[in-house]
Amino acid sequence: MARQFTPKVVTANTLIEGDVVYLDSQNAWTSHHAEAALFDDEELANDRLAFGAAQSETVVGVYLADATAGENGPTPTHFREEFRAVGPSNYNHGKQAEQA
Amino acid sequence: MYKYNDFDEAFIRSRTAQFRKQVERRVAGNLTEDEFKPLRLMNGLYLQLHAYMLRVAIPYGTLNSGQMRQLAFIADKWDKGYGHFTTRQNIQYNWPKLTDVPDMLDALADVEMHANQTSGNTIRNVTSDHFAGAAPDEIEDPRAVAELLRQWSTDHPEFQFLGRKFKIAVGASDQDRAVLKAHDLAVRVVKNDAGETGYEIIIGGGLGRTPMIGKVLQDFLPREDLLPYVESVLTVYNTLGRRDNKYKARIKITVHENGLDEIRALVEEQFALLQPTFNGFDQELLEEIKTYFPAPSYINAPLDAYEVAYKNDPVFRSWVDTNLSAHKNENYAIATISIKKHGDTPGDASSEQMRVMADLAEEFSHDELRISHEQNVILPHVHKSHLPMIHARLHQVGLATANIGLVSDIIACPGMDYCALATARSIPVAQKIATRFDELKLEHDIGALKIKISGCINACGHHHVGHIGILGLDRAGVENYQITLGGDGSENAAIGERAGPGFAYDEIVPAIERLVLGYLDLRNTPEETFLDAYRRLGAAPFKAILYPEAKTRNAA
Repeated sequence: MARQFTPKVVTANTLIEGDVVYLDSQNAWTSHHAEAALFDDEELANDRLAFGAAQSETVVGVYLADATAGENGPTPTHFREEFRAVGPSNYNHGKQAEQA
Repeated sequence: MYKYNDFDEAFIRSRTAQFRKQVERRVAGNLTEDEFKPLRLMNGLYLQLHAYMLRVAIPYGTLNSGQMRQLAFIADKWDKGYGHFTTRQNIQYNWPKLTDVPDMLDALADVEMHANQTSGNTIRNVTSDHFAGAAPDEIEDPRAVAELLRQWSTDHPEFQFLGRKFKIAVGASDQDRAVLKAHDLAVRVVKNDAGETGYEIIIGGGLGRTPMIGKVLQDFLPREDLLPYVESVLTVYNTLGRRDNKYKARIKITVHENGLDEIRALVEEQFALLQPTFNGFDQELLEEIKTYFPAPSYINAPLDAYEVAYKNDPVFRSWVDTNLSAHKNENYAIATISIKKHGDTPGDASSEQMRVMADLAEEFSHDELRISHEQNVILPHVHKSHLPMIHARLHQVGLATANIGLVSDIIACPGMDYCALATARSIPVAQKIATRFDELKLEHDIGALKIKISGCINACGHHHVGHIGILGLDRAGVENYQITLGGDGSENAAIGERAGPGFAYDEIVPAIERLVLGYLDLRNTPEETFLDAYRRLGAAPFKAILYPEAKTRNAA
């Protein structure tokens, strides 16, 4: 039996900075998880994954990550994606510093 | 220290220039990521969770003050003002921009440093005893052999596409400070019964998914046979090693599956072919390299200042008793600078701290610094009269923590705070354990205890050889930490035994506290270390401490 599809965001790292980014509903890359487009439909998610993966001059390592709809936009469901969305826990570096 | 000749200089510069062009082609879209990735990895550049990471080799852990200052400069100019010293005597920068990396490599080349072969399926940075040249128990300075192996392995055409990475370490003492038996190949300088110096060759050690203790392939190899013999081992591994499964591709599996005797026979066969092709140049080169590692020119000075400070200043005394090791010259000491201040990230030094350590090395330690696999920095040759001054200056920049070899001197890999391979975080667990034992004010009573933490099964944090090992895993989407007991990375190397079910993130620090406090009740004298007590009593009483509910259940 096929596994039930869970909602996903398209995520990657930028080519130059390596910063974590997400594909938004305008097909642009955003550095905020909450601004990501959340795909409930598997076919659409795969289509947007292919769209993102084709932009290899801008981003690298494009993949689908589990997420869930939150009050202010999509939020990660796995701790790895939570860390990617925030930054390391030992210093105020990365996104948490830039978005403060 | 080894000094680059024209050949070394030209090689490093050409590699850097090549990489600059490769980055340009990638950014311009003329190289795909699939084409570019192996090229960047050959130059030590990884893409991690939040950013790129540049891993810079510190061959056999040796730096001079100019090099350390340059590492600080690079941290300030192109990173976030700090660097992370690793268990393989490398330094990692966690935030470089891809387009800055060629400039960083140029800046490294300016001080005879590089990031070559710090990644990829090649022979990696050759590591050594961080007390080399200073330890009273060494036969000779092992770094000359390490440098010979570094030169031989750099860009060696036969070994750029091995089945998997290959790690070499070199030691020259009975006491193993370089975790020799956890390496793909280790060279130990030894003497035979006739008093001749040669090499013991150990192969097939390694941690990771399938931890193995290295096995002695040759108990005494004559000096002149070293390079042809090591090359023969690599050729046999390159030919025989598995390429169908990356988890079975390291030489430890090749040795395990084929047997040590079979490997030895194949190596001997290859050696018979290779040895005649070595015409003695390697031995001339080794002799030349040795001249770059002379014994320091020792000074004679009174020890009064040291003795007075030791008697009157309890903070200094504690640092001396904990962080100093005996030097081959009795008026000197080997001073280990702890990069493990309670609550800080193990192995991270700020650029300011790097500059202070560089100054101290230049003024007081014959311009030498060492990086240990335990993620600390060493001033290898310090006249004891200078120790009070050194301690005072370290204290000013948060580097005077007296905890070497104690419970808070924890090895921790970067874990899921940085690493793309990690399955859980390591750093905050190390920070919390160190902070907790500092609050308890018990670590000097607890004594020698090595805790080592890895954030995934690849074991960069050496957890298998920790007296207490902690392995962070992802269990159904939640961080979970397994404890191993009784591991040992010394000459008596042993792989730790898994204690039982893992602990959640908020349970692991209390579990370690329970375990260590429980050991205090189990030891028969204050001198019996955790590891000794474990070896005397076995795992059972320690498991009972870790899992009290199981004990209750069994009793019911």
